[in-house]
Amino acid sequence: MKHLTILFLLFSFFLTSCGTSNNSSNSNSPANYIENKGSDTIVNLALAWAEKYQGDHPDVRISVTGGGSGTGIAALVNGTVDIANASRKIKDEEIVEAQKNGVEPVEHIIARDAIAVIVNPNNPVSELTLQQISDIYSGKFTNWKEVGGEDRPIVRLSRETNSGTHVYFLETVLRLGSKEDKTLFSMNTLLLPSSEGIISEVRDNPNAIGYDGLGYVPKDLKMIAIAQKDGELYVLPSIETVNDKSYAIARDLYMYTNGEPTGIVKEYLDWILSDEAQQIVADLGFVPVLK
Amino acid sequence: MEKSLSWREFIITRLIQASGYSAILFVGLIFFFLLREGLPALSEVDASSLLNIRWYPLESHVGILPLISGSLVVTLGAALIAVPFGIGTAVYISEIAPRWMREILKPLVELLGGLPSVVLGFLGILVLAPFLRVFLNLPTGLTALTGSLLLGGIAVPTVVSVAEDALDSVPRAYREGAWALGATKWQTIWRVTLPAAKSGVLTAVMLGVGRAIGETMTVMMVTGNAPVLATGLGSLFSPVRTMTATIAAEMGEVANGSTHYHVLFFIGMVLFIISLVVNIIASSVVFRAKKRAERILS
Repeated sequence: MKHLTILFLLFSFFLTSCGTSNNSSNSNSPANYIENKGSDTIVNLALAWAEKYQGDHPDVRISVTGGGSGTGIAALVNGTVDIANASRKIKDEEIVEAQKNGVEPVEHIIARDAIAVIVNPNNPVSELTLQQISDIYSGKFTNWKEVGGEDRPIVRLSRETNSGTHVYFLETVLRLGSKEDKTLFSMNTLLLPSSEGIISEVRDNPNAIGYDGLGYVPKDLKMIAIAQKDGELYVLPSIETVNDKSYAIARDLYMYTNGEPTGIVKEYLDWILSDEAQQIVADLGFVPVLK
Repeated sequence: MEKSLSWREFIITRLIQASGYSAILFVGLIFFFLLREGLPALSEVDASSLLNIRWYPLESHVGILPLISGSLVVTLGAALIAVPFGIGTAVYISEIAPRWMREILKPLVELLGGLPSVVLGFLGILVLAPFLRVFLNLPTGLTALTGSLLLGGIAVPTVVSVAEDALDSVPRAYREGAWALGATKWQTIWRVTLPAAKSGVLTAVMLGVGRAIGETMTVMMVTGNAPVLATGLGSLFSPVRTMTATIAAEMGEVANGSTHYHVLFFIGMVLFIISLVVNIIASSVVFRAKKRAERILS
């Protein structure tokens, strides 16, 4: 009985001490907490940054969640996050929505990303033009022999429509950057909910063609060298080719804040553009921003 | 003393009554919520575009027929697998298996029912889909059939445990009567026990189908999610997109109150109505069967 009482006392002491420490960190310094949410493309990068930054600044807490670019921007509009991650530019209607809520989104380019088009290593096709990839995904080509491969059906893989990568691929590759072009993904394009789904299907299936962020493509898959137009140079995606803009499917990655950042958020964003943080970008397979 | 007892009884009765009514209340509230969020879809897009065969809501193609057909194909396939397997297993456990075997099988089947569906999804992506692609020589293994097989696996435990309970509650005298008339074990099962447990077995099937049509995670991972209108049996071997997977995949990203949002709720409404109809049909069949049985007995 006595032991029980002591245990109980210890336990309650533990509980109260937890409670007070939480309270103090909340009430004294709400500014030490950064809420960061958005694009699944960026989430690993944002996590790595947050981990490193928190290691060097023990008083700062950064919470990172994914969910997609739209989710992040919606959260910024609703005022529930400090920084929204997006793998696409904010849309005009999202800006209008934000201004209605009194939020002024400010854009920061924090890294660059390239989309690699991937096929099974056993697929002999290694070079395609943007037009050919567009025709594959729009359903014009249905057999690999139409682009110089074996006599196999083409299985098209894409990310789900809620992925920023999906929208970017649609605009840049399927529609070749033209706003009037209304080309859609072929109806029997498989829409997979995760990068892992695409990678495991491409690894396993010699019929498959997929796309994913350069940072997520494992070494055992084959990347396609892409030419902007017929007759131009075929370029493999890499940090160099993205930086010199010779690779066709590359984009900027963004963080959005409400108004010009101040205080701790500004310090964090400044650090993100430092060499140390941009080294993490390179380590994860993304492309650092050149100053 | 007596008074306090009757008070307690009163409160307990009321509590039980309230929890019974609350089920009705919650279903009503959920349906009301679905209607409120889903019906605006009808005024924002006209019915003809809802009945279109193209689903690409990013560009306002909101035809939900491919999704409905996708769900139906996958569920039908799952039922074709789960019903014979489930009832067969239930018959074996309750009628044929020796006692020690039953003690092992029953918990194992229930364990199968507790497997998280996302784990089954992984199994589907890494093992079943590649196997089916090579075995059936399909362009891809991410097809309705893959989903059906896994959903069948998910529905089997439900079917087994409900059907087994129904078979178990058939009075022993029925079987003894059949044996006394010289019926074999198989004849007893097929002609006496199963018909006697018919309403329970039917409930088992309906619960299994309900489990299959509502399942989300597994189908999202293995069916390929291509919104192609299923037109025949061949669709079983090509990718499909189900209603549940569509809602799960797109709800997270959709802007609150947009047309796309309302259409997703409209799909939820359709799903709700489908399972309501399945349940009504099931209970009316059970009800009719009971009345006939009563007539015969009286």
